[in-house]
Amino acid sequence: MLLTVYVIGVAIFVPQILSLETLREVAIAVLPLLVAVIGETFVLIVAGIDLSMTAVMGRGSVVAASIMTGTGGYLAGNPVAVPVGIVAFVVIGLLVGLFNGICAARLRMPSFMVSLATMMFVGGLAVWYTSWHTRSVSISNLPEVFRRIGYGAVFGMPISFLLASAVALIAHSTLSRTLLGRWLYAVGRNEKAARISGVPVERVVTTAFVISGACAAIAAIIYTSRIETGTPVLAQNLLLDIIGAAVIGGVSLFGGRGTVMAALMGALFLTVLDKGLQLLGLSLFMVLTVKGSVILLAAVLDVARQRWSELR
Amino acid sequence: MPTKTAMSLDQARPADVRRLPLLSLRDVTKSFFGVMVLHGVSFDLQAGEVVGLVGQNGSGKSTTMNILGGVHQRDSGEIVIGGTHYKPRVPRDAEDAGIAFIQQELNIFANLSVEENLLMGRFPQLGKWLPVISFGRLRERARQLLAAVDLNVSPQASASTLSPGERQLVEIAKALSLNAKIIIFDEPTTSLTSRESERLFALIERLRYQGIGIIYISHLLADVMRLADQIVVLRDGQVVWRGPKVTITVDNLVTAMVGRSIETLFPSRSRRGTTGPTVLEVERVSQPGVVRNVSFSVAEGEIVGIAGLMGSGRTELARILFGLDPFESGRVVVTGRPFVKPEPRACIAGGMAFLTEDRRQEGLMMDGSVAANLELAALPEHVRGISSRIQDRGLRQRMLALKEQLDIKSRDLWVTPVRTLSGGNQQKVVIGKWLLRQPKLFILDEPTRGLDVGAKEEVNKAIAQLADAGTAVLMISSELEELMGMCDRVVVMNRGELGRIIERSAFEREAIVKAAIWKGIGT
Repeated sequence: MLLTVYVIGVAIFVPQILSLETLREVAIAVLPLLVAVIGETFVLIVAGIDLSMTAVMGRGSVVAASIMTGTGGYLAGNPVAVPVGIVAFVVIGLLVGLFNGICAARLRMPSFMVSLATMMFVGGLAVWYTSWHTRSVSISNLPEVFRRIGYGAVFGMPISFLLASAVALIAHSTLSRTLLGRWLYAVGRNEKAARISGVPVERVVTTAFVISGACAAIAAIIYTSRIETGTPVLAQNLLLDIIGAAVIGGVSLFGGRGTVMAALMGALFLTVLDKGLQLLGLSLFMVLTVKGSVILLAAVLDVARQRWSELR
Repeated sequence: MPTKTAMSLDQARPADVRRLPLLSLRDVTKSFFGVMVLHGVSFDLQAGEVVGLVGQNGSGKSTTMNILGGVHQRDSGEIVIGGTHYKPRVPRDAEDAGIAFIQQELNIFANLSVEENLLMGRFPQLGKWLPVISFGRLRERARQLLAAVDLNVSPQASASTLSPGERQLVEIAKALSLNAKIIIFDEPTTSLTSRESERLFALIERLRYQGIGIIYISHLLADVMRLADQIVVLRDGQVVWRGPKVTITVDNLVTAMVGRSIETLFPSRSRRGTTGPTVLEVERVSQPGVVRNVSFSVAEGEIVGIAGLMGSGRTELARILFGLDPFESGRVVVTGRPFVKPEPRACIAGGMAFLTEDRRQEGLMMDGSVAANLELAALPEHVRGISSRIQDRGLRQRMLALKEQLDIKSRDLWVTPVRTLSGGNQQKVVIGKWLLRQPKLFILDEPTRGLDVGAKEEVNKAIAQLADAGTAVLMISSELEELMGMCDRVVVMNRGELGRIIERSAFEREAIVKAAIWKGIGT
């Protein structure tokens, strides 16, 4: 709805937004963001927040790149370089997710604090690792096979599209049809009631963070292969987009509410917004201001909805 | 001066022509969305009088009070305060007219001090043109107010350190500081201990002598009978009985409220007296400062009640049995299986179910649908693994059957949020959640708290059915009539220890009350 209004509004000034070219660009840009937003959605559903996703992405990017790169990589030229690199992404994502989850669930620390700390720690580690590994600020010369993940296609379908769709489908069926899904919502809606009803709250919360870490890893794979470089600042400005997209889509910051469809709508809206503002020729600062206001508005709506439902 | 109204009021009370009522409602009506919820409510409140307002939930008590408080506007009818026509538009109008509300949920700022709470918004200033708080005068005024309600705490104490009863006194003091002439108490004793309640009742007496008119709303009829001079009974938005307290008995009051007599309020039990093997055995369970040497047992098909005052360790015992709190020594055996270190999941797997005393905080996901709440505990039985698809066809059937069995009033189980259900139906959802697991032992902590008479009856019926089907039931309640109506045996708890076990044949109100407060009097 909102999306249509916005697109038509921008189209009055810049008709190109309706072109096939723009559509293609948006579709490509939205995919990795969607994967990350889905991961964040899992954590938001259990009334947590994961701020460390972008740091995980940067860390994975440099470690995997240092393994795969043709110039001084640990497995340069080796046929298993790419699989090992991909495993590195995923392992880093899972480990950081597990750490966040254990801190938040077992040690009962506020997830905001935990993930803020891991964001700084892991982010710092990524920069340190890069400077230790190479003299430049990033690691390029990645193998051809890996670079194809970003823009390549199999059977006429873009690989990144297949990856993102797989994540979305699995996430959707997990949330709507499995015990884990029901438990995630239950913990987010009322943790005490869930515990008394026999939900293993700690395990569920930890799982949500692990899933978030895994999604960060998959998003990082797509981003890294697209820019063909491993860099610690891979997703530096993306954190606000990830959380913002989830909230715009209707995932509640108070927990218990959120779907993959919401994540998709939010990610799509934010990407189109970005593209539209670019086409209008606004400066980067203006784009940030507008995006910030839109996300703030969505957060205000979330709070208002929460109040309203409590009043009834 | 609306003289016409004054005339009609005099006609309404020919016996007392000289005294104009403090507050007078005449034929007040109100509709919401075309549905009439108040069909002409009329009653008077004299200065220095307590009017007890009783009625089931949905009888129109809250709507009447909301109209008095300026939250809703009446459709027709007349309200007169001290001879003046009264038509509040916002809650502030009610405050200006001298009406104060003491709510169930207290409006206190826990992070501020007592004096700040008392004079919030009206802090004395150092000078007219010097907008700085004069702490000396603030303290002085706060002291006077606290003395007026006989509350012995420092004005500087943080409100968070006060007990619910003390907070309520602060609220009353605040009302007095606003020169309230009419104070409306809405279920004031729900979160008070019995000693705090006594203190409140004494204060209400004092307020009465000062000429303040009081409307006292409560489900606890014993309290109403004790305090009120006049009683007004509402049913379906109409005043069905109104008159001096001395002219009505509790039984007749209940009859007026529900439209039928008290004997039918507790369900009959088919299995009474024929109990099966022991399900729960508690042996010398102790936890320092909480419970001491507690031993008792519950058999199949039996309802055992735990009586006792608030703070006697009843709830704590229930939480220990369900593995929510630890215990230091003793043994808990359920169907022959000992629980050394119980934990909710293990207890559920062992056939236990637990209805907590606070259904909103611990029993339900208020924003979730009825179905989401019902299925939660039983879900693991309907899946092969945590990430495999839920086999929901059987589950759906069972939930629909349960809706029929318990008569849960919701339009669509999968859509209606639990929040929109009435209290009684919410409680039925909590019971239903556990019924899906077919528990062997059901622990119920205050299952009918805050419910009106009709809903209480329905919940009790569900509990009786459960016991008749063979479940062992352990029931905690503050209402002795309820325990006496429902249980086969009643165990009295006092300061963490179990007192006498009273068999059904020996049920006698006095005996149970005595056992509950014996030590309190003795020492």
